[in-house]
Amino acid sequence: MKAAVIVFPGTNREQDMVDALSACMGNDPILVWHGDPTVPDVDLIVLPGGFSYGDYLRSGAMAARSPVMRDIIAKSEKGVPVLGVCNGFQILTETGMLPGALMRNADLKFVCKDVRLKVETSQSLFAGGYQAGQVIRVPVAHHDGNYFADEETLDRLEDRGQIAFRYCDEDGGLNRDANPNGSIRNIAGIYNEAKTVLGMMPHPENMIESAQGGTDGLALFSGMVEALS
Amino acid sequence: MKARVHVTLKTGVLDPQGKAVAHALDSLGFEGVNDVRQGKYLELDLAENDPDKAHAAVDDMCRKLLANMVIENYAIELDT
Repeated sequence: MKAAVIVFPGTNREQDMVDALSACMGNDPILVWHGDPTVPDVDLIVLPGGFSYGDYLRSGAMAARSPVMRDIIAKSEKGVPVLGVCNGFQILTETGMLPGALMRNADLKFVCKDVRLKVETSQSLFAGGYQAGQVIRVPVAHHDGNYFADEETLDRLEDRGQIAFRYCDEDGGLNRDANPNGSIRNIAGIYNEAKTVLGMMPHPENMIESAQGGTDGLALFSGMVEALS
Repeated sequence: MKARVHVTLKTGVLDPQGKAVAHALDSLGFEGVNDVRQGKYLELDLAENDPDKAHAAVDDMCRKLLANMVIENYAIELDT
């Protein structure tokens, strides 16, 4: 399996993503600079976390219009899987590859802590390493993670099984206290309709070895590698 | 030609920053501020001098970059 990790000016979690992918793939993903007109042919494209273009105008707005994204949108339309984490999720919504928007956190604070996520479905090439309903612990680190979409879009996401992860408490309960940023319906991650694009605010790549305090993020990468190899 | 663009949150989209500003105004003793909605203001200096063409171009810019149509509205004014 081959993967590419896209690097924009201000991206800062690309090496964490490389480490997580390498650990499961057995080879290093290719790093691709935002100004490159094309991404090499790979089995997975990853938009990692960070602060691309300093979050100018809106988080992810500039990166979404960069040259490399045109090729990523074209490849995604042909079915190449795309994973966006944190700033990557913001970029995916700014391109329109995923519906909705990520707004300033409801309490206006940057939030950096471990959260619990409920895995809504294991029926995707991204989440096959988990069980539906499973509660996992991974960190978040963001200022603009407050997911918003109109009610009609939200109902459509629910009906089509496009909700990937929701913020929850230790027992899987969905409540306001377990929601770190005010996201509507506790949404932490969503799929596109074909489930070939996943965007999520939490960082599974930062929970892959015991030195990081847990390994709950590892199954996302091992599951993806199993699905795509 | 100069264009002025106001980008504002759509009705129904929560604006925690606007609420914080309203709260701060209240704590400074400014009474009677029912609500505050925070937005963005951009000034564009355009080579185009035809108002219709300039408006059409800025409208396209708003849809493609300056505003996020999921959560924001925009208004364009031209200096003629």
